[in-house]
Amino acid sequence: MVTGVVSALAAVVAPAAQEGAFSPVLPWAILGIPLAGAILNGIGAFLWRDNRSIPGAIGPIALVATFAVVLVNFLGMQAAEPHDPTVVGLWTWIESGSLRIGVDLQFDQLSMLMCMIVTGVGSLIHIYSVGYMKEDPAISRFFAYLNLFVFFMLILVLGASLPMMFVGWEGVGLCSYLLIGFWFDNREYSNAGKKAFIVNRIGDAGFLIAMFLLFVAFGTLDFVPLIENAGSLAYGGALVTGITMLLFLGCTGKSAQIPLYIWLPDAMAGPTPVSALIHAATMVTAGIYLIARMSVFFALAPVTDAVVATVGAGTALFAATIAIRQYDIKKVLAYSTISQLGYMFLAAGVGAFTAGMFHLMTHAFFKALLFLGAGAVIHAVHHAWDHDSHGQDGHVAHGDPNDMRNHGGLRRLMPRTFLFMWIATLAISGIPPFAGFFSKDEIIWYAGAYGFPLLWAVALVTAVLTAVYMTRLMVMTFHGSSRTFGHGGAEKTKRLLTESPAVMWVPLMVLAVLSVVGGWVNIAPALPLPDVEWLHHWLEPIFEPALHVMQEHRIEAAHASPIGGGEALWAEISAVLAVIAVVVTFRVLSPRTVPTEAEAPAETGFSKILHDKWYVDELYDRVIIRPSLALWRACWKIVDVGIIDGTVNGAGHVARLFGWMGGQVQSGRVTTYLVVFMLGALLVLGVLA
Amino acid sequence: MYDFLLFFFAGGAVLGAVLMVTRKNPVSAVIFLIAVFFFTSGVFLLLDAHYLAAINVILYAGAIMVLFLFVIMLLNLGHADWRDLRGPFGGLLTGSIGVAFLGLLVRNIVASTDAIAATPAGDALREATLEQGIVGVVARPLFGEYVVVLEVTGVLLLVSIVGTILLARRGDA
Amino acid sequence: MNEGTALSMLGTPGAVALMVSAILFTIGVIGVLLRRNAIIMFMCIELMLNAVNISLVAFSRVHGMEGQILVFFVMAVAAAEAAVGLAIIIAIFRHYEVVDLDRFNLLRW
Repeated sequence: MVTGVVSALAAVVAPAAQEGAFSPVLPWAILGIPLAGAILNGIGAFLWRDNRSIPGAIGPIALVATFAVVLVNFLGMQAAEPHDPTVVGLWTWIESGSLRIGVDLQFDQLSMLMCMIVTGVGSLIHIYSVGYMKEDPAISRFFAYLNLFVFFMLILVLGASLPMMFVGWEGVGLCSYLLIGFWFDNREYSNAGKKAFIVNRIGDAGFLIAMFLLFVAFGTLDFVPLIENAGSLAYGGALVTGITMLLFLGCTGKSAQIPLYIWLPDAMAGPTPVSALIHAATMVTAGIYLIARMSVFFALAPVTDAVVATVGAGTALFAATIAIRQYDIKKVLAYSTISQLGYMFLAAGVGAFTAGMFHLMTHAFFKALLFLGAGAVIHAVHHAWDHDSHGQDGHVAHGDPNDMRNHGGLRRLMPRTFLFMWIATLAISGIPPFAGFFSKDEIIWYAGAYGFPLLWAVALVTAVLTAVYMTRLMVMTFHGSSRTFGHGGAEKTKRLLTESPAVMWVPLMVLAVLSVVGGWVNIAPALPLPDVEWLHHWLEPIFEPALHVMQEHRIEAAHASPIGGGEALWAEISAVLAVIAVVVTFRVLSPRTVPTEAEAPAETGFSKILHDKWYVDELYDRVIIRPSLALWRACWKIVDVGIIDGTVNGAGHVARLFGWMGGQVQSGRVTTYLVVFMLGALLVLGVLA
Repeated sequence: MYDFLLFFFAGGAVLGAVLMVTRKNPVSAVIFLIAVFFFTSGVFLLLDAHYLAAINVILYAGAIMVLFLFVIMLLNLGHADWRDLRGPFGGLLTGSIGVAFLGLLVRNIVASTDAIAATPAGDALREATLEQGIVGVVARPLFGEYVVVLEVTGVLLLVSIVGTILLARRGDA
Repeated sequence: MNEGTALSMLGTPGAVALMVSAILFTIGVIGVLLRRNAIIMFMCIELMLNAVNISLVAFSRVHGMEGQILVFFVMAVAAAEAAVGLAIIIAIFRHYEVVDLDRFNLLRW
């Protein structure tokens, strides 16, 4: 049904495309428009310093225009149904010996899908930001960075070679740093930005070394020849395993998996639209995109695949356990993001690439919705407190607007936000017919079907935990009694706290609709529902080489899981489990009185361990940071000051010493000259006589 | 007998030299040097250089050393009131130079032993001495072949006299 | 050189005289380097000249009268040089009141 509608539209909009060939429409505009927006806003930060409406117009308009161009191309590709990618070469960047890296854009099904997600969700978030950042004086800089981010993200997904992708990879890392530390006068926030960038760098080193190895093996770094010739590498050999492990290291950095996930919770220091766009929908998915692109290489390395799947499942469970005990609403969502990304890596690791991309898409919808909704709540609470201080004199300390213990009872005061957030919660919990059910269920199924029963169990448990912590979030924020002005301040809250303006809740509505229908583009045939496999067919040409390799060397996916039963049965079971989890959590937590942030008791016991994130940051500090600092201090004091400076200065001292020794000969005293005379006589006697 | 006298004079000369070099008092050093000259004259005698033995005593011990004594007396340097031997480092250095020097010299001497063994000129000299007398054997070549050198040496002595007087004069006329 | 020659060497008067000459010369050298008093340094130089005289006489026994004639002239020149040298020392002493040669380093400039 969906395919039919889309094809009809495509036939209308791009009728001239012929079967099998696709020529992109205005490819340079896809990159050029966001870049122009970034530059304009950047200049504008100085030109129209106090005008809030001009940057508020340029930012979203640039994105919406880009989305329009991308949509045209997407529909054109739909109609043409090409099998091979179309590469548009713009100019040659590096040409050195046998290395040629061109600024080329690759248009194929995967990159088009990613472009749609980036520009579509991005446009909604830009529109939302107009309302969210309205009172911030640096709004021009904000939109400049945001447009710049979209520019780099599009380079990342459209790049036709690994170096081009790496340019985008680094660029989004830069923009992430700029945007996390957007309010840079706060030391904590700028430290969070630095942490993100530095941790990412570790992953980037892996990416770079993998690129070097690939160049040595193949002599080129363009995707089309790489994927064509991938078969020349030995299956399961050391080279391909090494390359894919290094690439995966880059993914753990960018997509926040164990061990490099530590930057993502801290990144919540940035404005909420940034968290929604970068750390939920787009940048963190770059790792999955990389694996999808290089899927054939990952299929050739079963060891790496096992590692990827295990790390993904492990991270999913680990992050979910932390999310249960967080009180900052954005931190809960951050750990939720890490957990859901773990699902995507699990899918890629077992070989269910389409399922991974499917979850990427649905996750973009409901996670962006969740973040924007959380932002709306934070915004409203912050405003309420501001209005309160304006009414009274003297500084009244209210606390952290992000802390859920300061929320409560907001469902009557922010009804639209309440409704949309519940839709997103049901979607993420994997309850049909919402989007998350279809994508998450596929992943859990394939984990079992491809022969990883332990990971399957972990994924199932994590799904239950996901439902639990999301319901907890909703109960603490929207249900119960109002705690924003203390336990007795319900009247004041009703007076001062209002729903967000239209410019903010309309994007929420669009995302909510997508969270409902977004899963219907790929319904597994085993389920007792109409069979739509649009996404599977769409991405087939991309994953064909990888699936080919897997069929040759590994078990064909059994349509009965080793656990017994069929896909339909386990889908029903997981849906029921999720519903039970939501209902039970709701029943248990609703009647409880939640203390406000100010009067909350300290955490104890196992609860404390979860709240304190299993002390991973402290562990890294002890094991890595402090020895490194000691090593650097030693390098400074001993090597640089002691040895190097000592040697250089010492050379000077030695020269002066030799000079002094030479000077002593010229003493002016006859006796000294006599001694030298005698030495000469000895020489003459000894040698010549 | 001959050998005993030779070793006696030689050993005496060496002993006197060693003592001279190590005296703090300049007058003592002068006296020991005179003793060395006497022993050296003895060696000259035993080597058939009779005239030179006499001249050695008269000229060196009798004139030059007396001049030294006069200078010491005039400048009142006769007191050994300051330590003018060098310290241990200087001693070590000069000692090693001396030892190396002596070693090299001995090596050369030993290499030329055969040249010393035969003494044709010495035998001819003994015969000539019986004919011409001690002074005659020296005087004949001196005023014969080397008369020019003799005269020049005379001029040299004159020059040195003039120079000495000029140098040792006080600043004013 | 073989070991036998060392002992047989000392049997010849000429060889003994040469050894004495070498030893006296070396003592003279040590004395010149060891002492700081100008007068004593000068006397050691005279000692060195005397040692040379001995070796000249020893060789004149082999080669002829020229050796003894040369000794004659060496003595004459030594006398002249002693006189002039002492005059210089007197002149120095008048100015500086000491004859410690280590004190004079005007040769440096």
